[in-house]
Amino acid sequence: MTIRSFLAALAVTTALSFPALAHAGQVKLSTNLRDYGGNPAFLAYYVTDASGKYAGSLWMAGGRTRYYRHLSGWYQATGGNAGEVNGVTGASVGSGRSLDISLDLTDALFDAGYQLHIDAAVEDMRESPDEIVIPLTSANAGKTVQGRRYIADFTFSR
Amino acid sequence: MIRSLHRWFGLVAALLLILLALSGTALSLFPATDALKAPSAASLSVAELAARVKAAEPSVEQIRRAPSGLITAFYFKGDAPVSAIVDPATGKVAGNGDQSALQRFLTNLHRSLFLDDTGRIIAAAGALSMLLLAITGLFLIARRAGGFRQLLKPMRGGSSATRLHATVSRLAFPGLVLSSLTALWMTASTFGYLPDGAASPEFPASVSGATGIDLATLPALKAIPVDSLQSLSFPAEGDATDVFTVKTDQGEGYIDQGNGALIGWSDANFADKANRLVIALHTGRGMAWLGLLLGVSALAVPFLGVTGLMGYAQGRRGRGARSKAANKASTIILVGSEGGTTWGFAETLRAALEAAGETAHVGAVSGFSPETYAKANRVILMASTYGDGEAPAPAAGFLARFAAMPVKHGLKLAILGFGDRSFAHYCGFAKDIAAVAQQRGWPLVLPFDTIDRQSPQDFARWGRELSAALGLALELNHVQSPPKTFGLTLTSRRDYGASLQANTAILRLQLPERSLWQRLTGAGFPAFEAGDLIGIIPEGSELPRYYSLASGSRDGFAEICVRKHPGGLCSGQLTSLEPGAEIRAFIRKNPHFRPQANRRPVILIGAGTGIGPLAGFARANDCHQPMYLYFGTRHPSVDALYAEELAGWQAEGRLSGVQTAFSRATNPAYVQDILKADAARLSRLLAAGGQVLVCGGREMAAGVAQVLTDVLAASGLTIAGLKAEGRYAEDVY
Repeated sequence: MTIRSFLAALAVTTALSFPALAHAGQVKLSTNLRDYGGNPAFLAYYVTDASGKYAGSLWMAGGRTRYYRHLSGWYQATGGNAGEVNGVTGASVGSGRSLDISLDLTDALFDAGYQLHIDAAVEDMRESPDEIVIPLTSANAGKTVQGRRYIADFTFSR
Repeated sequence: MIRSLHRWFGLVAALLLILLALSGTALSLFPATDALKAPSAASLSVAELAARVKAAEPSVEQIRRAPSGLITAFYFKGDAPVSAIVDPATGKVAGNGDQSALQRFLTNLHRSLFLDDTGRIIAAAGALSMLLLAITGLFLIARRAGGFRQLLKPMRGGSSATRLHATVSRLAFPGLVLSSLTALWMTASTFGYLPDGAASPEFPASVSGATGIDLATLPALKAIPVDSLQSLSFPAEGDATDVFTVKTDQGEGYIDQGNGALIGWSDANFADKANRLVIALHTGRGMAWLGLLLGVSALAVPFLGVTGLMGYAQGRRGRGARSKAANKASTIILVGSEGGTTWGFAETLRAALEAAGETAHVGAVSGFSPETYAKANRVILMASTYGDGEAPAPAAGFLARFAAMPVKHGLKLAILGFGDRSFAHYCGFAKDIAAVAQQRGWPLVLPFDTIDRQSPQDFARWGRELSAALGLALELNHVQSPPKTFGLTLTSRRDYGASLQANTAILRLQLPERSLWQRLTGAGFPAFEAGDLIGIIPEGSELPRYYSLASGSRDGFAEICVRKHPGGLCSGQLTSLEPGAEIRAFIRKNPHFRPQANRRPVILIGAGTGIGPLAGFARANDCHQPMYLYFGTRHPSVDALYAEELAGWQAEGRLSGVQTAFSRATNPAYVQDILKADAARLSRLLAAGGQVLVCGGREMAAGVAQVLTDVLAASGLTIAGLKAEGRYAEDVY
C-alpha cells in the first residue's frame, strides 16, 4: 500500500468517525488566523514526501470547488482534483477565527521526510500558497510556527 | 393573468428587491471612484512595471491589475503583509490596496444577505423575480399603449401612480434586465452549473535555474502590455526552481526567471471570457459608466415598488363593497375595467340609486348571469377601454358569452363606455358590447354613451339622461379623491359677445405666491403649460369644472376662456367675477394635448372658447415652430377672441398662418369650411409629419375629423393612424 492511498483511506475513516486503526495516533492541527479583514479564507492542508512529491490531502477548509484553483500549490499538486479532498472538507475560516482538526494519521508519516503544507486563499486578496510548510518530525510537534499572510500561527500535536 | 403575475411577484418580492437594488446602487459607485483613481498605464509592458515595483518594494510577491486599471502590489513590510496601490509610472506606493470594509459589507449583503449559500439562492430568486416583473410589465405597458410598436410613446390614461410606474419602468427596463440576467449567470457559475474555465498549464518539469536577471529585460514579460494583465506572481525568494506565474485576459502561463522564456501556457477558454464579460456587465468593474447606469436603474426599484403599491391600492378602493346581493337588487351595475377608477364611478351610481330608493348590486362584468337577477329590471354595464381597444383582462371572454346568451324578458340594458379620446379605439370594448346588444335585440334603458377621461361632467350628464329614462331623481356627483385647491385672484377680464347673447370672457388669474421653501420643495401651486386643465370648484357644488389653460406658469398668470352657458353654475359665476375676487382651483395635467417638441408643422383648430389653449401654444412658441391656426367664431366685431394678439404673434413668427371663419358675418362660414378650402396646404403639412390639435365643442370636433378624413384620404393616412402616433389630439367639451 502506498503512503498516498493509505492516507486517503485514513482521511475517509476520519470523516466517517471509524475507530482508529493500529499504528495510528490522533494528531491535532490548530490554526489561528490573523484579523486580515476579508472574507473567510480557504485553507488546503496537504503532505509532500521527501522528494517534494504530493502524497495526499489532510483537510480542505472551504466547500466550493470552483475556488480551489486559487490554492495554487495544492491545485498544481493535484491537478485540481476535488476527489482528493472527498470526505475531508469543512467550512472556510473567518478572519481572526481559528480552526482545530483532529485526524488519525499513521505513525509512518512522521520523521520520514514528509512535509505538511497549508495553502491559503481569500476572495479579492492575494493567494498565499505554502503559507505554512513544516516538516512532520517529532521535534516539530507542539512547536508553533507563524504564517506569512493570513495564518497567525499553526501547531500540530500528537 | 399577466397582470396578476406582475402584481403578486411585485408584492411578494418588493422588500427583497428594494434591498438588492439599493445595495447594488451603492456598489455601483466603487468602480467609478476606482476608475477616477486609476492612472494611465498605456504602452507600458509588464516587464517594465514589474521592474519598477520590484525596485521600489523588493519583497513584492504579486502584482494585480483590476479591470478599472488600478494596480495593486502585495509585499511585506518587515513581517507584516501589505497590499498597496502602486503608480505604474514610478512603481511607488500611491495608496492603500485593501478593499474597504464598507464595500465588502455591501457586496456580501447584495449577493448573499450574509446567509452564504441560502442567501445566494434567495438573491438569485430576487433576480429571477425582477426579470419576470420586467417582462410581464413590458407586456402590460404594450397592451395599455396599444401594441409593442407604441411602447415608446408617452403614457396616457390610468391613475397618476400607474402612469409614473409605467414611465419610470420603461426607462429602467434595460438596466434592470441586464442586472438580473447577469446576476443569474453569476449565481449559476458560483454553484457550478456553467462550464469551467480553462485549467492551469502543467507546471514546468525543468527550468533554467538561473536567478537575479534584470526583470525589465525578460522577453516574455516584455511582450505583455500592462493593459491586458490580470496578475503576475513572482517566484519565491531564493527558490531557483520557481517561476513567474502570469495571468492575462488571453490566458495563463509560466515564465522562467532565469531567461524570461515562456515555459507553459494555456489559453483562456470561452467560459473564462464569458464569465469575465458577465462580471464586468454586472459590477461595472472596468466599465464604470455602465455600472453607474445600472446603479441609477436600480434606484428605480424602490420607486416602482411604491408607485406599484399605490396604483394597486387606488385600484382596489371601493369595489362594490357596500352593494346588495345580485338576486335582491333592482339594478345590477357591472364593471369591466382593468384599473380601478371605473369602480369608483359604479360606486357613485350605486349610492345615487340607493338614495333614490332603489337597491343596487355592483359586480364585475364577468359575473353577468341574467338568470340569477330575480328582482332586477335593468343592468348597467360600465366598460373601460384603453390602448388598442381590446377587452380589459378581467372581462376577457365576456363578449363571446354575451353574444351567446338569450335575451331575458323584462331586463333592459344601459351601456356606458369609459375611455380616452386620444386613443384610436375610443371605448372600443364598450362599443363592441353595444353592437352585440343591438344585434341580439336587448332593449335599452337609454342609448350607448361614453365618458372621456373619467370626466365627472360627462358622467353627470349621462346621470341626468338616466334619471329621465328611469323617472328617478338621480344626481351623479362623482368626486375622485378631492384635489388640493389654491386661491387664485382675478386680475383682469376681457369681455366679448354681449350683443349676440353669448357672453364670453378671457379671464386672467394671478398665481398664488410661492415661498422660497415651496419653490425648493416643489410644493404650492404646481407648474403648468398651455393645454393643461384648471379645475375650478364653483360655490354650491363639490364637482370641479375643467377649463383648458391658455397660458403656462412661465407666463406668470393663468388664463382661461369662459362662455356663459344658460343656467351654467360655474360659467355663470366665472363670467360675473370682478377683478380682485378669488376662486378655488387646482391643476390637472393634460400632457397629450400639446405641440410635440420638434420642427414639424402644427395645425391648430378651434372654435369659440376652444381657441384658449391654441392661443397659449402660439404665445409659448418662442422657437418659431411652424403653427397654423384655423379658428371659428361668430362675428369679427363681437367675439373675435385674441384678435389683438393673433396679428402680433403672426408678425413675431409665433404663428405661420391664421385663418378665421365667422358664422354670423355676411358670408357665414364654419371652421370646417375654411379647412376644406385650404385642403391642399393641410395635405402638404400633414404629409410633412404635421400634428393636429383640435379644441372646442364635440360637434365641431366631429365635423373637423370628417373634413380631415377626406383631406387625408389621398395620402393614405387616417385619423386613427395619426392618433396612434400622437399626431392627432382633441380637447373637446
